[in-house]
Amino acid sequence: MTDTALQPSAFEAHHPHSHEHHADHRPGFFARWFLSTNHKDIGTLYLIFAIFMGVVGGAISGLMRWELAEPGIQHLGSWATWLAGSEQSLDESLHLWNVMITAHGLIMVFFMVMPAMIGGFGNWFVPIMIGAPDMAFPRMNNVSFWLLVPSGILLLASPFFGGAGTGWTVYAPLSTYGEPSASVDMAILALHLSGASSILGAINFITTIFNMRAPGMTLHKMPLFAWSVLVTAFLLLLSLPVLAAAITMLLTDRHFSTTFFDPAGGGDPVLYQHLFWFFGHPEVYIMILPGFGMISHVVATFSRKPVFGYLGMAYAMVAIGAVGFIVWAHHMFTTGLSVNTKMYFTAATMIIAVPTGIKIFSWIATMWDGSLRFPTPMLWALGFIFMFTVGGVTGVILANGGVDDYMHDTYYVVAHFHYVLSLGAVFALFAGFYYWFPKMSGKMYNELLGKLHFWVFFVGVNVLFFPMHFLGANGMPRRIPDYPDAFAYWNHIASIGYVIMAAGIVIFLINLVVSLASGRRAGDNPWGEGATTLEWTLSSPPPYHQFETLPKVD
Amino acid sequence: MAGLGLSGLKLVLLGAGLALAGIGHAAAPAVPPSAGTQAAAPQVGAPPPGSAEAQPDGSVTPPATAGAAQPAGAVADPTLNPDGSPKLRPTENKGQPSPRVLGIQNQVTPNGEEAARFHNNLLMPVITLIVLLVLALLVWVVIRYRAAAHPNPSRTSHNTTIEILWTAVPVLILAVFAVPSIRLLAHQFKPAPDNAVTLKAIGNQWFWTYEYPDNGGVSVTANMLKERDQVAPGQRYRTDADGPRLLATDNRIVLPVGVPIRLITTANDVIHSWAIPSFWVKLDAIPGRLNETSFTIKEPGVYFGQCSELCGARHAYMPIAIDAVPPAEFAAWIRAKGGTMPGAAQPSAAAPAQPSSDRVDDTATPPTGGDGPTVNATETATPVTQGATGNPAGAGNVDQ
Repeated sequence: MTDTALQPSAFEAHHPHSHEHHADHRPGFFARWFLSTNHKDIGTLYLIFAIFMGVVGGAISGLMRWELAEPGIQHLGSWATWLAGSEQSLDESLHLWNVMITAHGLIMVFFMVMPAMIGGFGNWFVPIMIGAPDMAFPRMNNVSFWLLVPSGILLLASPFFGGAGTGWTVYAPLSTYGEPSASVDMAILALHLSGASSILGAINFITTIFNMRAPGMTLHKMPLFAWSVLVTAFLLLLSLPVLAAAITMLLTDRHFSTTFFDPAGGGDPVLYQHLFWFFGHPEVYIMILPGFGMISHVVATFSRKPVFGYLGMAYAMVAIGAVGFIVWAHHMFTTGLSVNTKMYFTAATMIIAVPTGIKIFSWIATMWDGSLRFPTPMLWALGFIFMFTVGGVTGVILANGGVDDYMHDTYYVVAHFHYVLSLGAVFALFAGFYYWFPKMSGKMYNELLGKLHFWVFFVGVNVLFFPMHFLGANGMPRRIPDYPDAFAYWNHIASIGYVIMAAGIVIFLINLVVSLASGRRAGDNPWGEGATTLEWTLSSPPPYHQFETLPKVD
Repeated sequence: MAGLGLSGLKLVLLGAGLALAGIGHAAAPAVPPSAGTQAAAPQVGAPPPGSAEAQPDGSVTPPATAGAAQPAGAVADPTLNPDGSPKLRPTENKGQPSPRVLGIQNQVTPNGEEAARFHNNLLMPVITLIVLLVLALLVWVVIRYRAAAHPNPSRTSHNTTIEILWTAVPVLILAVFAVPSIRLLAHQFKPAPDNAVTLKAIGNQWFWTYEYPDNGGVSVTANMLKERDQVAPGQRYRTDADGPRLLATDNRIVLPVGVPIRLITTANDVIHSWAIPSFWVKLDAIPGRLNETSFTIKEPGVYFGQCSELCGARHAYMPIAIDAVPPAEFAAWIRAKGGTMPGAAQPSAAAPAQPSSDRVDDTATPPTGGDGPTVNATETATPVTQGATGNPAGAGNVDQ
């Protein structure tokens, strides 16, 4: 460091004050929750934010399933009228549909899954798992979270200014001259802010993990969740600047007459897609990799066995992350790629199935010859392994460029990515939430409600998303508010599935309130000898500042 | 993408188109409410202007036809009944989605059949087996190694053999997938032969326009047909003869059976995607680009598809409908539209069927018949695009 000008006295001045903090003294409410530099408090803020946004995004999808339950346009008109406060034309109602699919996608990706996985559980448990007192840059950590709040507000407010109906992919030229309203600018700015937030977070995680591991904790002894967040942080750091560039070009195309994506000025709409998916494909691994890490801990804990093939598991994630950067154009198989390009991206994409398969089989091998218990987090982990397999194999089908000419932009794709996200990432999130709830809150969740939540949700999402394979195979395009009558049956079934799933979420929220209010006290380690990572050596909840004396790992 | 320089030309040509449309109405006074009004405007505007062009062709088409309106015109559209309804009726389980179906639509192109076989006979069985294997392993583990049955866990954390096995076996499975997958791609990318019929599909918000650049610039505008309760009295609405709701169009694209089709897509505003599931074809229509693919339809019939790239409010309302007919009927249809068949014209040295030079030149031009009246072709092709651009306020897009 070159900060030689700084006098030691600069630190001295604060000493008496900061000494108080080092005890388990917590700052006042405002200072604690609004100026927080404590990784656990920031993690909690992220989790609250993610749950709130998840409910909003889920409610939007509920409206969508309501409209899709029957053929024809039923409710869009009245919703559009309500939103605008005046009678709306058919086109404006149909535009609202596009606004809803866009909001659902952006909220779930950027404001639910990512904040929960990385901001929430990553913040809470990466420092603890590696034996660090906090993140490397606690104030930057605070900035990361508080950038996300205005970002979310911008996105949630955008429907009231005309609405961004571009899809979460914000393809040009629909997003440039196709959508003049300020809403698209608000959505782009929201992406900018959340991207900046994620980049800062990524820098923080990489620095923390590389520099602040406890003595003896080599990279190859580091828990898999920390590994998964490390890989994720690199993906964020390398991919988000590309998104930032792409959406900045959108902004200048929209307002400053540049023509990056406008053929009239020598630009190219397909360039935007390349840039977007160069970010977008790593993004899908950003959403699932931390889940892989969590599932490994849950499975190992409740099998009372160490993770099978630890090094293979860690490097499978590294491989998935690396290969994830060179497969982006499989999202663009119908844009007129050349035959060689399509062949390459077909082959490269299929390769990802190999490290993913290693992970699936290693989880099963971890359970093999173990002594399995099935509390709620384990149910979610088992559900994850199976459902993620289903979503994974349909991904192998879609990877074939020649086959994708049929499936592309149909409900088959919708089914595929909801199986890996809504049944993959979300199952992992619930597994992690129930697994760490006693540690975070100091109270046990209600086991009965937890299991009920799992089963209702499990049935619901499968009834919701499995029929979408049939709809897509039968040719139903994505992103349409009305469909030919032949698609009515499976759409109706899917909408019923949504209601079941929503009931599961209600049970979850009830469980949350009940457990926080009156859960019985959790000990330091409620899961027994299978739980071996450092967080279980601390009290529940952990002290405000942990590891004032660094733990030694052997 | 339409440059500023075009706008003047556009006005002139639009004017010409409108004038011709007017003639059409005059020539066929008995048309009013039927399909004619909507369909005629863009179509009548398209044929080579005036009889001067049509006559030197030496084709069988009487000169008057080019200017006359379709519905009651002298040369009847062979795909339509006298009352203007389509002759070909959609059939169930062919070319359209079916209720409660689990699998993919029946395929009617060789590439589609190959892809469907690959999907149904190789991919689906293997992935189903993999899922069942994982499920069986999970069930076994859960039952056999539950704490009650197996209280003392082992500490095993490595087994090199099995780790190599579950890395190598998936690699082999993927290699087995890769062979037919790459072969399918190679077949899909085989360029259309010189005798292929070229269809140019142009996406607009929110309808498709079509051109047959090798057939004298025949063009068709296809709008979705609305339901009876959605149109003003007297306007055309969808009937079951037209096709299912949201899939039927006022004008169907006519394509010959058994002849390779070269499909070229582009767009005038935002990105659209031209898709017919039963052909296994989906190709984005991107402004400023020409995308090309080819397919051969094996059976006559009506085939439906929908726009497959989000393109704005009425994305769900720009279907694609195709009449696949025997080549002779296709030729008759082209003539009824005032176009020409390259083969038929070959004997006469006048060579009517020239490659349209539109912006298709390099991709679409078949080597045959390069001696055509290129200048005329340009003039005839351009107005179609422009006319369509100006269309949204008009035909078939009646606002609610």
